[in-house]
Amino acid sequence: MTDGSLLIGNHLEWQREMAAGREPAVELEGLARNFGRRWALRGITLRIRPGEAVALVGRNGSGKTTLLRVLATLLRPSRGRARVAGLDVVSQAAGVRELVGLMGHSPGVYDDLTAAENLRFALRMLGRPVEEAHVAAALEAVGLGAEAGVRVRGFSAGMRRRLALARLRLQRPRVLLLDEPYASFDAEGVALLNDYVRETVGRGGVAIVATHDLARAEEVVGRIVTLEGGRLASDEMAGEPGVVTAGGGRLAARAGLPQEPQPT
Amino acid sequence: MSRLRIELGRIGAIAWKDLTAERRARANFNAVLSFAALVLVLFGFALGPDAEALRAAAAGILWLAVLFSGILAFHRSYQVELENGALDVLLGYPGDRRAIFIGKLVANLVFVLVVEALLVPLAAVLYGLPLLRAAPELMGVFLLATFGFVTLGTFYGAMASRVRAREVLLPLLLFPILIPLLIGAITATATLLVGDPMGEAGAWVRLLVIFDIVFFIACVLAFEHVIEE
Repeated sequence: MTDGSLLIGNHLEWQREMAAGREPAVELEGLARNFGRRWALRGITLRIRPGEAVALVGRNGSGKTTLLRVLATLLRPSRGRARVAGLDVVSQAAGVRELVGLMGHSPGVYDDLTAAENLRFALRMLGRPVEEAHVAAALEAVGLGAEAGVRVRGFSAGMRRRLALARLRLQRPRVLLLDEPYASFDAEGVALLNDYVRETVGRGGVAIVATHDLARAEEVVGRIVTLEGGRLASDEMAGEPGVVTAGGGRLAARAGLPQEPQPT
Repeated sequence: MSRLRIELGRIGAIAWKDLTAERRARANFNAVLSFAALVLVLFGFALGPDAEALRAAAAGILWLAVLFSGILAFHRSYQVELENGALDVLLGYPGDRRAIFIGKLVANLVFVLVVEALLVPLAAVLYGLPLLRAAPELMGVFLLATFGFVTLGTFYGAMASRVRAREVLLPLLLFPILIPLLIGAITATATLLVGDPMGEAGAWVRLLVIFDIVFFIACVLAFEHVIEE
C-alpha cells in the first residue's frame, strides 16, 4: 500500500485538470526501455491531454506494446519518465493502477470460471462491491447476457474479448490502454469497443489504441502517433487532409504498414 | 470500505478463484494425489518387506511424497495465470500486489493440506504407522511444516513463472532452501511416531515456527519484485 492513501486526492486532482483541459493526462519524457541488448523504446516524449483518443501505430517490434505495458505499470522504464495524471508509473504505481485499464493481446479471463464469476472476481480485485445488477448489465452490454452462467472454456476467441471488454466497462478506467483490440472481434464487437472508447473519451478520459488496423481505429481516434524502431516517427492529427487516408495511406507509407485499404 | 478490508477481500477473491478453478478442473488434484500415492508405494517396494525398516523410514518418505507432489501444485497455481494472459490483468489491478501472494498461498495451503489428509492415512496403512499415538501433535507438525513449505513454494513458483524453463527451475530453487524445514518436519514426525520418550519434538517444532515466521515475512516483502517482468 505504497501510495494508497493519496488515491482520493489523485482522483480529485485528475478531475480538476480534466476540467481545465490544460495538464496532460499522460506524459512521457525520454521514455526508454531495453530487454537485454535490445532497446524496445528509445527516448519517447509525448503528451496526451484529457479527452484524447490516440492511435499508436508502427511495425511489429516498434515498441507499441512495451509503451502500453509501461503505462500499465507492468514494466518499469529503463530511462526517462512516464506519468499518468501526474503520477509516476514507478514511484506511484498503485495510484496509476487506479486510473488505467489494459486490454492486452490476450483477454486475461479464467477458463474454469463462468462469465459472471470472472466479472465478480474483477470487482473484488478492484475493491468494489459486487452488485449483481452491474455484472448483468456489463454482460448485456457486450452481448453476453445469455452466457452469464457459462464457463469461459467453451467461449470463442471473440466472446473472450467481449468478456474482457465487459470487465473494462465495470472498471471504467480513466486511461484506456488497448493493445491490438480489434483482433478476434466481429463487426458488432468492433462497434461495441469503439463505442466504449468514445464513452471513455467523452467523460474526459484518454484512450491509447495500439493497432495495425488503422481503418477501424480511425473511427474513434483524433490523433495518430507512429513508432519506428522504438522512436517517435510522427505525431499527427487524424483526418487532416493528406495526412491519413481511409486505409492509412500516407501514414502507412511512413510506418511501413500495408497501404491497401484495411478490411472493415 | 477500509483499505485493510479491501485487501482482505482481494486475498479472499484470489484464494476463492484458485480453489474454484481447481475444484472444477480436478485433473491437477487427481494427478498430484496419484503421484504422491505412487511415491509412497514405490518407496515401500524399494525398502522391501521389513516392517521395522518401513516404519523407520516412513516419516522421510511421507514428507518427500508431499514435497514432490507440492511442486506440481505450485506450477499449476501460476499456470492458470499465464493462460489467456491473466497474470497481466491480475498485476494491473489497483491495490497491494502482496495480496496476490497471500491469496495464492492460502489456496495452495488448502490444496496441499487436503492432499496430506488423504496421503497420511494411506501411509499409515502401507507402513503400519501408529498415527493415533500422538494425533494432535502430529497435526500441529504437519500444519507448521506445510505452511513453511507452501510459503516458499508459492514464492518460488512466482519467480519461476517468469522464465521459460520453469518446470526445472522451481525444484532447483526450492529444494535446497527447504532442507532445514524438511529435516525439522521429518525428525519431529518420526519422533512423535515412536512416542517421543526424550521430548525431542519440541525443539524441532520451535525450528519450524521460526522458519515459518522468517520466510513468510521475507516472501511477502520480496514478492512484488519477483513477480514483475
